[in-house]
This record gives sequence, C-alpha cells and structure tokens, in this order.
Amino acid sequence: MKSEIVKSREYLTVAEVSGPLMVVGGVSGIAYGEVVEITTPDGETKHGQVLDAYENRAVVQVYEGTSGIDTLKTRVRFTGETIKFGVGLELFGRIFSGRGEPIDGGPKPIFEDEWDVHGAPINPAAREYPSEFIQTGVSSIDGMNTLVRGQKLPIFSGSGLPHNELAAQIARQAKVLGEEEKFCVIFCGMGITHEEAAFFTRDFERTGALERATVFLNLASDPAIERILTPRLALTTAEYFAFTQGMHVLVILVDMTNYCEALREISAARSEVPGRRGYPGYLYTDLATMYERAGRIGKKKGSVTQMPILTMPGDDITHPIPDLTGYITEGQLVMDRELHRKAIYPPLNVLPSLSRLMKDGIGEGHTRDDHSDVSNQLYAAYAEGKDLRALVAVVGEEALTERDRRYLDFADRFEREFVNQRRDEDRTIETTLDLGWELLSTLPTAELKRVDPKFIEKYLRPRE
Amino acid sequence: MGKIVRITGPVVIADGMKGAEMYELVKVSEEGLVGEIIGLTEDRATIQVYEETSGIKPGEKVEGTGKPLSVELGPGLVGAIYDGTQRPLTVIQMKTGDMIKRGVFAHALPRDKKWEFVPKAKQGAEVVEGDVLGTVKESKLVEHRILVPPGVNGRILELADGGHRIEDIITTIETADGKREVAMMQTWPVRRVRPFKEKFDPNEPLISGQRVIDTFFPIAKGGTAAIPGGFGTGKTVMLHQFAKWAAADVVVYVGCGERGNEMCDVLVHFPELKDPRSGESLMERTTLIANTSNMPVAAREASVYTGITIAEYFRDMGYDVALMADSTSRWAEAMREISGRLEEMPGEEGFPAYLASRLANFYERAGRVRTLGNDERFGSVTVLGAVSPPGGDLSEPVSQNTLRIVKVFWALDTGLADRRHFPAIHWLNSYSLYVDNVREWWKQKLGEDWRALRDESIAMLQKEAELDEIVKLVGPDALPGPERAVLEAARMMREDFLQQFAFHEVDTHCPVEKQFGMLKLVLDFYRNSVEAARRGISIEEIKKLPIKETIAGMKRLPPEKFTKEREKFEKQLKEQFEELMRTRKAPTEGEKGEKRDRKEP
Repeated sequence: MKSEIVKSREYLTVAEVSGPLMVVGGVSGIAYGEVVEITTPDGETKHGQVLDAYENRAVVQVYEGTSGIDTLKTRVRFTGETIKFGVGLELFGRIFSGRGEPIDGGPKPIFEDEWDVHGAPINPAAREYPSEFIQTGVSSIDGMNTLVRGQKLPIFSGSGLPHNELAAQIARQAKVLGEEEKFCVIFCGMGITHEEAAFFTRDFERTGALERATVFLNLASDPAIERILTPRLALTTAEYFAFTQGMHVLVILVDMTNYCEALREISAARSEVPGRRGYPGYLYTDLATMYERAGRIGKKKGSVTQMPILTMPGDDITHPIPDLTGYITEGQLVMDRELHRKAIYPPLNVLPSLSRLMKDGIGEGHTRDDHSDVSNQLYAAYAEGKDLRALVAVVGEEALTERDRRYLDFADRFEREFVNQRRDEDRTIETTLDLGWELLSTLPTAELKRVDPKFIEKYLRPRE
Repeated sequence: MGKIVRITGPVVIADGMKGAEMYELVKVSEEGLVGEIIGLTEDRATIQVYEETSGIKPGEKVEGTGKPLSVELGPGLVGAIYDGTQRPLTVIQMKTGDMIKRGVFAHALPRDKKWEFVPKAKQGAEVVEGDVLGTVKESKLVEHRILVPPGVNGRILELADGGHRIEDIITTIETADGKREVAMMQTWPVRRVRPFKEKFDPNEPLISGQRVIDTFFPIAKGGTAAIPGGFGTGKTVMLHQFAKWAAADVVVYVGCGERGNEMCDVLVHFPELKDPRSGESLMERTTLIANTSNMPVAAREASVYTGITIAEYFRDMGYDVALMADSTSRWAEAMREISGRLEEMPGEEGFPAYLASRLANFYERAGRVRTLGNDERFGSVTVLGAVSPPGGDLSEPVSQNTLRIVKVFWALDTGLADRRHFPAIHWLNSYSLYVDNVREWWKQKLGEDWRALRDESIAMLQKEAELDEIVKLVGPDALPGPERAVLEAARMMREDFLQQFAFHEVDTHCPVEKQFGMLKLVLDFYRNSVEAARRGISIEEIKKLPIKETIAGMKRLPPEKFTKEREKFEKQLKEQFEELMRTRKAPTEGEKGEKRDRKEP
C-alpha cells in the first residue's frame, strides 16, 4: 500500500481507543474514507481508515489492530488520500500479506498505476452478459452447475469438508474450451490457518499454477480487521489484470465467514444497531460491493470470475453469511456432510446447488446441444431417487415398485459414478454428458420427460 | 448555503441549512454530489447522498436546489436504462467509461432529439388537466400521449405541430391565473402520488402466459402481487417472464439492489424477444431502472419511487402498465441502513418503525383508475414485488408487512426449486384474491367455466398432499386403485401442466386458450383414470395408455398446432379409456380388495 505525502497532517491527539477503533480529537478537514498512518510509541507503523468524519473528530478503524496505541505519544498522520494499491504486471507470481506487503522474500514490485481499492461500480449498461463456458473438469459443476466467465459462484461448505481441495483442483484445471488465452488465478486467504495457506501455496508451486497466480494471505494470527482490506486488494488486482491487461482472472476468496466476522467486530465496536445475529445491517451491501466486482465489460477482452468459499456455521444454509451471499452471487455450490461421510469427492450436493448463468453458457456452440435437457433430467431423477430413499427407510424396499427401485439405484450410481471423481481427474464436458446418458439409460425411456425426443434418439444407447 | 459537519457512509449532516425543506434535493461538497434532505432539526439537516462519499470533508458546502427529488417525464423514457435517481446509464457510460464515477450529471431525457408531435386538441378549445394535447410515436409499440399537466385548466391559445424537442413550448394555455406554457417534458416529485379521478376494482386479468399464474393464481390489471422466496427459487426469472410476456402496454422493470449481470441479461435478451401480440421487440415497451447492489444505497431507496412515478405517468395516458420491483427486500434494507446511520430507534430486526407504512404506500400506488381529462380514459398500474426473506423464512418483517397489503401471493418453494420444478410456485401455499374478479373475463373470453376447472385441479392437488402423508408411512402400493389414480393424475398436473420451461422457445409463453385446453385434458385424464381404477383396472395399465405421452408432449406444441389438434386429443383420450374399460364392468366389492391382497407379505 502506498500513499502520497501531500495534504497530510499529523496529530498527537488520540482521544479514545476501543477494540479495532480509535478516535482522534482536535482535527480539522478530515475526509471520510481517508487513509491514516499511525506510529505507536514503540515506533511501530499501523494503517487505518476514517469511518466517521466530524468537524473536529475522526473515528478510525485500524487495520493492524489497536494494541500498542496509547493516548499520549501515538502519532497519527492523515494522508489526505483514500486507500490505493499499486497495480502492475509485476504482481504476477508473487505472494503478499493481507495488507499488500510482499512476504515471499522478493523485492517490492514496481507498479504501473495506483488504483482505489474500493473500485467503482460497473455500469450495468456497460456489462457484457457472461456466456463462455469454463470447464473445471468436475462433473457435478460442469454438467449440473456450469461456471461461466464473469460469474460469481461460491462454495458453501462446512468445517472439515474438502472445500480447499476442490478450490485448488478448480484453480488447476479451469480452462475455456478451444482457446489459448491469458488465464490467471488470484488467491485471497482471509483468516485462514498457516496450514491451509501452506496447502495452497504448495499445491500452486507443485503444479506450476503459481506462475499464473497472485496470492494474498491474511492468516488467522493476523489482525482480524486487516481482513476488511485483503479481498479488496485482491479484487483491485483482478480488475487490473482483467480490464487493463485483457486476462481472464479467477479469484478464489477463502474464507468469507472470517471476513464477515471481522465486519461484525467493527460494527460492534462502533455500537451500531445490529441486524440478524449481530451482523451489521449493511452486511448485504458490503458483500455486494465485493461480489459485484465480478463480470465482463463490453468489448474488453478480460473477465473477473469469482469463487468465494465460506464455511456455514453449523452447516446452516440460512445463517446470514451464506444467505446474503446466495442472494448476491449467481448461484451456489453446496457441500454436503452426508456425501462426505460416504467418501464421495467432491461432496457436492447438486440439489441445493445452482448456477444461474448456466442457461446461456451451455448448449450448442458452448458445450453440447443436449446439455440443458440432460442436466434437467439428471436433477429430476436424482431428486426422485432421494425422496424414495426416505420412503424406503420407513416402508422397506420390498414395498417399492420396479420403477421406484430403478430410481433408487439411479440415485446411488449418480453419487458414486457421476459426482464422485478423483482429486486429479480432469473430465471433459463430453465425458461428463456421456456419463449422464449412461446413467439415464437405466431408467425407462418413457420417464425421460425433460429430454427432447430428438436427443434421446441421438444420444441414448439402450443397455443390452 | 450550508456546511458539512459530519460524514458517515451515505449520510451527511450539514449546518446552516435554514430555509431548507424536507425531501429537498441538495448538492453536496465541491463535487456537487446529489443528496436529499431526510431530516431537519432547526438549521441542521440530515442528508442521504446518492453517490459514494469517500474523500468528502467536513467544512465543504451544501447547496439547496429548492426542488424535491423529481423525475423527468416525456418522450424518451421507453427503451432507456436509468439508475435509481433516473440518470441515464448509457449516457453516463459515454461520459465516464465502464465504471460509474461520481458527480456526473446527465439529463434523463435527450434534449436535442426531435419528436414528431401530432396535435389532437384544437386551437381555441377549452381543456382540463389530463386532456390529450397530441401524440408522439415514441417507439413501435408506445404512442406517447402528451397530456395537459395536472393543475392546468384553460383555453388553448396556440398549439404546435411537427418536429420538436422536449423542452420546446408546444402549447400556450390561457388559465384563470394567466398564460401557461407547456412543453412535452414535465417533471414530477417521485414521492408524490400522481393524481387521477377515481379508482376501480381490478377485474380483468393481466395475462402473463405463465400457466400457474393465469390459470391458478391470476393477477388483475391494477392489482398487487408479492413473490417471496429464498435464493435460487426463481424470483428473478419469474419477474423476467412477466416483464417479457405480460399483456401490458408498458413495462417498468426496477432492479433494486440486485445483480448487475441480471440487468445485463434484460438488456441483452429483451431486444431479441418479440412481443407475442405485436411481433415487435419487447424493448419497445420497456423502461429499466437498474440500481444494482453495489451502487449507492440511498439511490437504491429512491429507485422504486422513480419506477412507480414513471409507471403512473404512462397510466395517466390510459395504458396498462406493469411494474416489477426486484427486490423490495433490498429496498427495505436500504431504509434500514440509512435509518441505522441516523441512529433512529429501530423496530423489528433493526428495520425502521416506518417500514410498514412505506411498503403500504408503495403498493397503494398500484390500481386501475379513471384518469384525469374529459375523455374517460382508463389506465392501470400493476405492481409485482419480489421479496427476499432471509433464510427463506416468511416470518420476517418485510414479508409480513407485504403480505398484509398485497392481494396475490405466489409462494416460491425451495423444495420445488431443488428438484427443478419451475416455476417453483407452490400450488397449495399460494393464493390470489382476484379469482372472483376475473371469473367473468374468462367466461367471456372462452365461453367456459374456468373457475370450476381451476378449483377441481387445486382440490386434486390438495388430495395428493394428503395421500402423500399416507404414502410416506405405508408406501404407495398399500393405497387402493382410485387413490393411486389420483396420485398419478396429480403428478401429471404437476409435470405436464404446472411445470413450464422459461427457456424453451414454445413453452416460455402459453396463451390462455392453450392453457385451458391443456388443463381440460389433464382433468379428463384424471376423471377417467379414477373411474377406470374403480372398475379394477390397474394403474400400470392406465399408465401405458398412449394419450399419456401425448399429454406430456403438449407443452412443446406450438399454440396454433395445439388448437388444431386439441379435439383430436380429447377424442383419443375418450376412446382409449373406453377401450380399456370395455372389458371391465362397474366395480364389485371383491375387485376392490383384489390389489391389496396381492401385495400382502
């Protein structure tokens, strides 16, 4: 992070310190959102931002935490600038801290431009509708909840589920069919443990993905408040790569739950009126200012695709964090503990999962003409099979008709053969769809109501 | 005139604002950011700012404009896309590029474009407010009627003709208070209801081409509907379907705090789609308001008012207007956010205490009215509001306060959405209070009693729900034949009638004649199969009838073809069942128990 030394003023008038907030008195002309540099009596430098600007008083949130700040000797310098981040091609292949300092032992990158980390909303009239299929090589995503360029598709997970493995696999395998274009990954860790961070960096290094990646890491031991900044640095970098350099950027944000906790902490420190479960009423707006930075713009070449990962507290999908996320993002991929216990990887439950932008990214010219019908039919059949499982638990399998038994069987095979795959298995979309047809062929043809008869003719290979 | 003393997010407090009015529009700071006064204490004003406030300092100036937040009304509205305060987004894009920068000003309506004004009134004629002065062909679908503005009554001294810009004076009217010059463009404060003569009960359905809506839970022109549902249940797709196919003259679509890509979807796809009634592009009758979730929250609060004012303006011309607000929950949250910044005493779940009255106020601006003017014009504004309840739980304040006002409730169901039953409107939880109002219309349109068939269908689905409870305990085979026939017919109703594929070229829009024909076939099948089962025919045999496949394929049949084949289908159905039943007699006691014995373990 860099800030200009113009218009800056220094004060020694810290009036109050409370949680992550600091109140500076006796000031004048402080701008809302201005960046603040704080020097503690020990000589440590901290950064902050103005949250509330009065005529003679300013409330500052301190990104590195307020420990070490006193009300006597601490020097506070208001820089006269809003938060900016130096962007440039040198950010490529580098690892940064949650505040944007390089932590890979390399030199400070030379930047080409300085961008406001909060960005600006993309004009809805300037957007290009996302419709280019990204092949992740994962059947339950490609076949059932297709990801397209410029989409924001989160993974709703729970503690102990392999969301990190899946994220790494997607980062490794994601590609757009039939095109050799500049593709890169930005990884943003918020409040993740050292182990998790090491898992990602090791995986990226091992597979060579780091060469086309930029990593921002705010670890669990780093100040919580810094997490407010980290995703914004990552997204600013992503926008630069996408819309200035014409690259296709996939941003992986882990773990949004930690981000929201940090937001709640600041809100509580400001004694704001809390919304649901103590989260601030503006959580939706705040999350939207990040998620909405995904997209494509008119004639520009690049795109920003987001894959935020969050752990649902208590696996509760109605918890405010997954709930508000689901209302903003274009769908969700939901991980399921039950599937995980059955040793199915990735344990994606396709029923509550959804990709809203799927309809325009699939079909002829994108994937294959039968894609939409096949996925609809697989959904319906799997849902029916799952319902029957509940029934079997009560009445026993003997009470079922032949048709119902086939559906039960279908649901099992769907999980074991379609959803389940190896951690390094990269399936093409054709493989995925053919697999779907193979499973559908176990059902009576008359039951395939969601599929256009012409596709049944074309693709269905009845079993001997 | 005033000076800023505090900035916190979208809220700015300024001193020295004596003489300012509540809801007056102000220019904040040197950059001239647009804001609105939402609180006054002596000479201190609380202002909500419609643009990003970072970098603004206490001490900067605040200037009043003397006007409340208003919209520009006149030719040029159709086909436009605006933000929440009616800034034209395409013009903004030309000025500031792909990202929206703050402090940009652009007129909502193009000033230099010339419109061909065709006078309808006569020079020297006496006119009253609301009378038609003349018309402008604004788009292929909308004839823009230029009306005498509210509050103006008198004699026309002069009336222009031919090409004019919207600010040109087209007429001078001699009123009791002197001469009034009238241009094509008017402005109107968004928070004030536009006047009309009289409100009427809505009695004509607003046909949407969506079977579950038109046939089961109709909305009337001038009515209000809420469509609540958790994420992924298809609120937006439903509203898009409505915006596409509703038989309205003008559609106003308000994207309030929702996704940018969704608005882009409308912008990309609407121009390609053809209005089924006229064959013209749908964009020729649509106005879009897009204040996405990442755009300033105060402008989000304003966006629904901007939308409804534009809708009322077209209503006053005598048009049927449909307004979609997606989503009213985001609007309520914007109120909550601003209320929180003002440190107001919160009501339920942190929402301000005035939430209920604001919601009621908004929906009450819908209605079928006799407009101002002497020529007996009728117009309507139909309001459809999406509600996004947290966790899909309808007990929260926005849902509850909305349901107390609206007359139609389309309950979206997560379970249905999970199994890809779309539209995921639940047939047992939803309701429409317009069912009685629109009955007469159906009778006139089709000459048949739609209401009876509809009620029979819902009763059948209700029966299915009851039987499902039993099936959950004992399995389907334990049920007697006729009840299994009910389950089978209900499944057919759900899959072949209620499910409608929004992205299928034929199925996306289903005319009422086809809806009625389809419903009748499904019900015929239902009655016949129950009768057949009574006679001891097994459900497996009934399921093998070829007519079942025919019914499953109805959706994909183009409407003209369906109309042609309908009688043939009905005949086939009758014949196939007769054939099946010919071999059996009426049921006897022994046959009834037959199936159950077979399955005894």
